[in-house]
Amino acid sequence: MTQLAARRLRRLVLVVAVVLFGGGCTAGAIAWNPPIRPIAAPAPASFPAATVAQGATLAAIGDCAVCHTAAHGAPFAGGRPIPTPFGTIYATNITPDPTTGIGHWSLAAFRRALRHGIDRRGEHLYPALPYTHFTHATDADIAALYAFLMTRRPVHAVAPANRLPFPLDWRPLLAGWNLLYLHPGVWRPDPAQSAEWNRGAYLVQALGHCGACHTPRNGLGAEETGQALAGGKAEGWYAPPLQAGSPAPHKWTVAELTTYLRTGVDRAHGAAAGPMRQVTDELATVPAADLHAIAVYIATLMPPAPPTVPPRPAPVADSSATAIFAGACGACHAADAPMTRDGAPSLARSTAVNATTPRNVIAIILHGLPWRDGHAGPYMPGFADALTNAQVAAIAAYVRAHYTDRPPWPHLPAAVRAARHDQALHAASRSQAMRAASRDPAVRAASRDQIVRAASRDGDRT
Amino acid sequence: MTGLTVNGQHHEVDATPDTPLLYVLRDDLELNGAKFGCGLGQCGACTVLVDGAPVFSCLTPLALLAGRKVTTIEGLGTIAAPGPVQRAFIEEQAAQCGYCIAGMVMRAHALLARTPDPTEQEIRDGMNPNLCRCGTHMRILAAVRRAAAAMRSAAPVQAG
Repeated sequence: MTQLAARRLRRLVLVVAVVLFGGGCTAGAIAWNPPIRPIAAPAPASFPAATVAQGATLAAIGDCAVCHTAAHGAPFAGGRPIPTPFGTIYATNITPDPTTGIGHWSLAAFRRALRHGIDRRGEHLYPALPYTHFTHATDADIAALYAFLMTRRPVHAVAPANRLPFPLDWRPLLAGWNLLYLHPGVWRPDPAQSAEWNRGAYLVQALGHCGACHTPRNGLGAEETGQALAGGKAEGWYAPPLQAGSPAPHKWTVAELTTYLRTGVDRAHGAAAGPMRQVTDELATVPAADLHAIAVYIATLMPPAPPTVPPRPAPVADSSATAIFAGACGACHAADAPMTRDGAPSLARSTAVNATTPRNVIAIILHGLPWRDGHAGPYMPGFADALTNAQVAAIAAYVRAHYTDRPPWPHLPAAVRAARHDQALHAASRSQAMRAASRDPAVRAASRDQIVRAASRDGDRT
Repeated sequence: MTGLTVNGQHHEVDATPDTPLLYVLRDDLELNGAKFGCGLGQCGACTVLVDGAPVFSCLTPLALLAGRKVTTIEGLGTIAAPGPVQRAFIEEQAAQCGYCIAGMVMRAHALLARTPDPTEQEIRDGMNPNLCRCGTHMRILAAVRRAAAAMRSAAPVQAG
């Protein structure tokens, strides 16, 4: 090597080293966040009752309990598996337990978590926590939520470790994700719209985080810009569009949306199913004015008239599907069945049956609308054990052809196979989390209390 | 005629493909263990197994059953030699009027086949679709726990 070449090589190495060092420092500075000093858990009495009550409403609108409560677990104590396309994330304990919850978190730490997705110690949180929405919440609302959570019963519970593949289990990567997809800033009202519309828009876009399910996501798991509320996915279910793309054959009115959000069922459209049922359970406790505001905002996004439907070829008569529908579905869904006479909407009105994807029809055939302890509401048995994949596909095709004018769904058998596969994965992580929790002494004690209470209730009845 | 395999026996039944399995079991095959409760899949009195999985036979038309194996409570044991789940229900005296019990036994049988060592919550979740109007749920749960323990201790010697 000549002297010149050696000098050039040394210079190149130096430049590369400087660039790497500088880049690393910059990335490190972005990825590194200081811990926020722990505080002694504040006394519940230090929070004004009105603020706590306001926080309760906001927590219900934000569905905090839906993700942060495991099946049969203590409210807000975490441990529920959240399936994502990247792996399973377990919701954390947000009760004020000092060691396993947020008991040591100051309001500033809580605000940083909601606004920037960074926990008290300075670690990045995964965007399964919808901080890209919460970032738009007002200071007052964040403080009210904090007051509500800090006055809950502390529960000692550690969530199972997330199951994410390398390198996604390395949290500093999220600094880059946030640079691309987190747009902090308090929500700004639109002066051209009414105060009620603005209230609804704020609740939907900030704490309500409707887009977390109802907006499609890109390959990196971020909501697609320009596609707000255009329809997305949630735990194997389809979250239909809440704007011009809505497949509902009957246009949603403000009154119908309000009823649906409050009760989980509207007679012109049908019942909430899948993850939306828990959302409507939460919304049942929210003041009517807030639900009405959400409905006013959503209704303005919906199409002015039902979309025109392209003509489709006449359905092929499938005698086997006709017999299956008559024997398995007709007892409730036939025109003269008791449920229909009682005012349940025809399948022709169903958003799921009219949707572009068969996902929800398949999911509801497989899983139904199960009974849930302590909740009233519509019920449908699941048919996962009774039907083969081909039979599920046959019923879905029959219902689509019989109750709508829309084109047949393509690739039904593959969609059924995928739904079964997803379900098996979700069931496995749920049961694993439940079994892990049942070994936890605190949860065992809570569950024992529940069983004793149930036993004494049963005793009263006999 | 439609072919149907119940408790290991093949039958040819004269029924249309939309006929619920429950009607065929009771009216054609005289297997009266499964009961008609609601006809809507809400109570579970009609529960039987199809390929080992619990289904509401009132909502299972014959059209679904080609090539599949149906098991009813008559297939789990006899009065002289009850199966382990049946025995546990007798020992716990889990029946009051007894109308729901055939369905309960079938649901419990399927649960224990899938989950031999269930937690209390898994038993409650597994039995959740079936209702007892008399209110003997506590004894039914005790019977399921007893059956689970009996089947686990018997498993090394006695298969199934």
